[in-house]
This record gives sequence, C-alpha cells and structure tokens, in this order.
Amino acid sequence: MSDEKKVEQPAPEQSPDNVPAPAGEVHPVGSRQGMFGVRGSGDTSGYGGLVSPIVYPAAAQRPFGGWYDEVADALEDRLRTDGLDHAVETVVIHRGEITFHVRREDLVVVAQMLRDDPRLRFELCSGVSGVNYPDDTGRELHAVYHLLSMTHNRRIRLEVSAPDADPHIPSIVGVYPTNDWHERETFDMFGIVFDGHPALTRILMPDDWPGHPQRKDYPLGGIPVEYKGGTIPPPDQRRSYN
Amino acid sequence: MSTTEDLYAGSSETTEGRVFTVTGQDWSSITEGLADAGDADERVVVNMGPQHPSTHGVLRLILELEGETVTEARCGIGYLHTGIEKNMEFRSWTQGVTFCTRMDYLSPFYNEMTYVLGVERLLDIEDQIPEKAEVMRVLLMELNRISSHLVCIATGGMEIGALTVMTIGFRERELVLDLFELITGLRMNHAFIRPGGVAQDLPPGALDEIRDFIALMKKRLPEYAALCNANPIFKARLENVGHLDLSGCLALGMTGPVLRSTGYPWDLRKTQPYSGYEDYDFEVQTWDTCDSYGRFRIRLGEMWESLKIVEQAADRLAKLEGAPVMVADKKIAWPSQLAIGSDGMGNSLDHIRHIMGESMEGLIHHFKLVTEGFRVPPGQAYVPIESPRGELGAHVVSDGGTRPFRAHFRDPSFTNLQATSVMSEGGMVADVIVAIASIDPVMGGVDR
Repeated sequence: MSDEKKVEQPAPEQSPDNVPAPAGEVHPVGSRQGMFGVRGSGDTSGYGGLVSPIVYPAAAQRPFGGWYDEVADALEDRLRTDGLDHAVETVVIHRGEITFHVRREDLVVVAQMLRDDPRLRFELCSGVSGVNYPDDTGRELHAVYHLLSMTHNRRIRLEVSAPDADPHIPSIVGVYPTNDWHERETFDMFGIVFDGHPALTRILMPDDWPGHPQRKDYPLGGIPVEYKGGTIPPPDQRRSYN
Repeated sequence: MSTTEDLYAGSSETTEGRVFTVTGQDWSSITEGLADAGDADERVVVNMGPQHPSTHGVLRLILELEGETVTEARCGIGYLHTGIEKNMEFRSWTQGVTFCTRMDYLSPFYNEMTYVLGVERLLDIEDQIPEKAEVMRVLLMELNRISSHLVCIATGGMEIGALTVMTIGFRERELVLDLFELITGLRMNHAFIRPGGVAQDLPPGALDEIRDFIALMKKRLPEYAALCNANPIFKARLENVGHLDLSGCLALGMTGPVLRSTGYPWDLRKTQPYSGYEDYDFEVQTWDTCDSYGRFRIRLGEMWESLKIVEQAADRLAKLEGAPVMVADKKIAWPSQLAIGSDGMGNSLDHIRHIMGESMEGLIHHFKLVTEGFRVPPGQAYVPIESPRGELGAHVVSDGGTRPFRAHFRDPSFTNLQATSVMSEGGMVADVIVAIASIDPVMGGVDR
C-alpha cells in the first residue's frame, strides 16, 4: 500500500503505541501494514489499513531455568565486583537460545569475563554478525556475537547495538583474535566501526566501494530480465508479499 | 666481503648504500651480513593469485620472503563475493535455500542444513520433522562429507605433485555426485533440504545404488591409505607443516579437522547433536601432531566414519518406505512435487492433477506458499553444524515476514583462513601451499 493512502482505514487498537509493555523491554522495532505486505500496487483485500507492530521476544524473568541461571549468576557476580552492574541491559531467552544485550561501552570487559572466568569459559567466538534495524530508533545497528563454551558445552549470544549517528562498537579482537576478519566483514557490510581493531579495512568489497551493502537502505540492484517476450523486474522491485 | 671500498667498481658507479663484492665466500656469510645490518632491500614480496592453481580458487596471497623463508603471509579475499546474504533478504524463506546452497560449493547440503535448522527453530517445528527427512538429511550430509574430503585430499595431493591422488580422488567423488544426482536431481547446488523436511522422497532404486557405493568405497578407500599414509615423500611434505596448537586454534576460532588435529575431540555431531546424530554409531577422529599430516589422516578416517553412518542411514531408510519426508503442517510444507519427465525434472503431473482437479485446499496452499511463502515468527536463531571444514552456522533473523530479515553465515573456511599467516610464517615458501591445503578453504564459502 502506498504511503499517501495510508490513513484511509486507521486501526488504532493495533497501532504500536497501544502495545502494552510488560516488564522488561518490549518495544516494536517497526510495523507491518496490510495483510499481505504488498506495497505500491494497491491492496484490494480490504485489509489495507491493518497495522501490526513488529515485536521481538521479550526479556526473560528470573529464574531462567537450567544452566542459564548459572551463566547469568556468574556473569552478574563478576560484573558486580567490577562495579559494572548495568553492563547487561536485558536477557532474552527465545527458542532455547539465551541472548545477553550488553551495553557497548562494557562489551570488551564482558567478553573478557566470559572467556576467562572458570564458571563461564566461553573459549570460542563464532564471529560477529551485523543486523540493521532501520526502524529501531537509536539502536539501528546491532552486532551479534555467538560464543561457545567447550568446557561446559554451552552457547550464548551477545548483542550490542549502536545508533546510526554514532556507529561505533569496541573491538573484541584483543579477547577473541578470531574476530579480526569477522569485524572487518561487519564494517564492510554495515559500516559499524569497531574501535580498537588493528586494521579495520574492507574485506569482501573493493577498497574504494561506496556504501555498506548489507544495510537496509542500500538497494539490492539488478536489471530487468527478459524472458520469452516478458520482462521481469529485478528482485527488489518485484511485487512482493513481505 | 667488503662494504666500503670496491676496487673493481668504476668511479661512475653509485656509492650510495652498501656495495657487496662477492668473491667466492660462503653464501651464508653474505646473508649473515645482511641480517646484521637489518637490511630490508633483499626482501622479496611475492604476490600469488588470485588466479593461481594452488590457491583453491580465487585466493590472493601476499608473501614476504627472505630467501625461501616466508616472513609474512597475508591473504586477500573477496574476489568471489556474490552477495548471497543480501540476496536472501529478497526471497522467501524456502527460496533462501537455493541461494545458500551455492556458498560453499563443495558441501552444499551443510549450507542448506544449517540455514534450514535455524528457520525450523524459529518456526518452532524442530520436533515435528518426520523421521525419514532427518535420516535422509544425515545420509546426504555424510555422503557430502565424503565427497568434500575427497576433493580436499585430491587437490592437496595435486598441489604437492601427487597427481594420482588427484585422479583417484575425483574418480570417487564422481560416484558420490552420481548418487546426489539420482536422489536430488542435481550434482551440486541441490536446494534439496527445505524448511520442514526435504524436497522429495528417495527415488526407487536409490538404496541399492547407495549399497553398491558403500561396497565399492570399502575397496577404494584403502587405496588412499596405501598410497599416502606411509609414503616418504608425502610424509616429508606434510609432517610438521602448518603447525597450530590447541590454544592457537581456539584463539583463531579454528574448528573441524584443524582443531581435531591437536587431539581435541570436538565434533558438533557428538557434542551438540542435531538431526538425530546421537543415534548413529561413529567415532570422532583425532590426531595429535597439530600438522598437515594429522589433518590428512583425520579426513581419511572421517570418510570411513561417514561411510559407517551412511550404511546405518541406508538401513533405516529401508524400514521407512513410504514415510513422509515433509512436515505435516500444510501451511509450511513446500507443496510442489517434482518428477522426471521427458525433458528433465519438472513439476509432477500427478501433483498438478491433484491441485487443479481434486483439491481446492491443495491449490490454495500451493498458491499461497509459492507466491507469498510462510511467515516466520520474529526472533533470531543460530544452529551450527559440523561441516567438513568445521563449525558452519547460520544466524537467521526474522521480523515476522515471509523473507529472512537477515541471514549471516559463519563459514568455517572464512574463519580458518585467518590462520594462514600463523601456519606459514617462518616456514618455507613451498609449505605455504601445504598449510593452506590442510585448512581446506573453499572460496565460495569464504566470500559468500
């Protein structure tokens, strides 16, 4: 549905403002309009005014259950000794995977604790994956780290966010040298500047490439393809149902 | 060696810098003289690749040499970047499989599998996957491990001049690819493992072909051991080359055969089983030399173990005749069925008859799933698996739509290639090739 027709059928009871925010931190990071997500060609389904917020899984409440508590306790313990009580903003448990949302200024300290504390011992970092949430105001860029403890056979996820206006996240190459190339890739693709990285240059794209291709505002590109007389537009311009 | 006066040099010649007159001394005295002065002029920087037969595709190496010793080795990658992750954001969840299968082209089933496991976890249908689909996935993955290790051993052999290892390696790999073609219709880039199960059932006669293959491989695999294991040239080239110990491996995030060559039995199939691996009988292969030879022996051993798993999977499949291979939920299960027609593989005519003439529901599901796709609840998942090269994982993020919001692949080739400098610096230039071959990087996976 095109933007100029957006206000035809308001559906206030489902607007993002009216979503009850339970304890923890649930906030919509965008909204979905219409029933089928069709844009630009007019939605004739009658559901064009439907607005539903995009809400990610809510923060988990204690007790988390199982080994999640052991990890969270050990980490909290260490953080309290170091006077960094607020380093972990929220903990999300979804589909059996635990995510620690960490303040970016404390990332290196938290990573060091996770690696070295005998109760934690996350020896292996599976690299960093950037995610761009353009509608998550003030937290547009996320860096997601997957850590593995071989000693305890556990996996956790660290998530750090940075606003678009200040895309800086400290580098954890000093703690996990494996992140050298991973951080270069995330810089290349998302423009997240990892402060303290020994040589933060592009890795996959050419050195003089303009822009950061995997950001949501970067177009996919492509040319129309002709097939048997018909013309098929490039994938990002086709009628889609997202 | 004189450094100040040169009787034979004409007065017109340069007097800047140091002048060496070599009059029959030992060569080493000159190189020592160089080292004393810290003279960097004799350093040679060699650019190798990206178009070089020994760099496993388009890998560029920048080697700094002093004589034949490598003092610095750096990698240049990105020549094969195809934007697969970005492209996946513009296709439905099921179509994503078609893209990610092309990343690491020697182990396509693993790429599909880790992505599909992530999607299934987000859909919360992990325990609804039919048993037959799980067994077929394991069967295909283990066949794929054999074919991938064969290429590694074959190309690694070719690079050190063992051409027979190359020819027999590709000969056997072709047999595996024939099986893939029989089961999935394609030799590579299968897009066969789909969210909810696999694309279609095992074709008639496939189990017999698999059994024949197992019997043949049991004769052929010992050939590699006979050719290489105790071969003095092979050992001389591989032993103590590309050394990396356990702490180095963990710091650099190395997994797979490189990690296991330090003697640490870390294999996700055993430690964090998925797809029912806990029910199969196999051993984790380790070696304790931390070198290229150990990695070769691990790969050889893993092919035997994979063959064992394939055998067990084939036995299970024999008991699962006619069982479903796709999740029962019609709102997720990919509807279209394929069949071999006169012009190759295409839509099954039976399926077309069913949706066009018999079932309105079937037609609706087919139409909705093929045009719109299914929606995946918001969230993120990371389900790594043990690929032939190590931990391969897909970080899958959904915003509740019909397309991946973000799919990032943690490819083991990408991570492991970072060890190039640690493994080859201080060694001979010829050993760089062996060290890289022991990592077994696939540039399609590195650059994605």
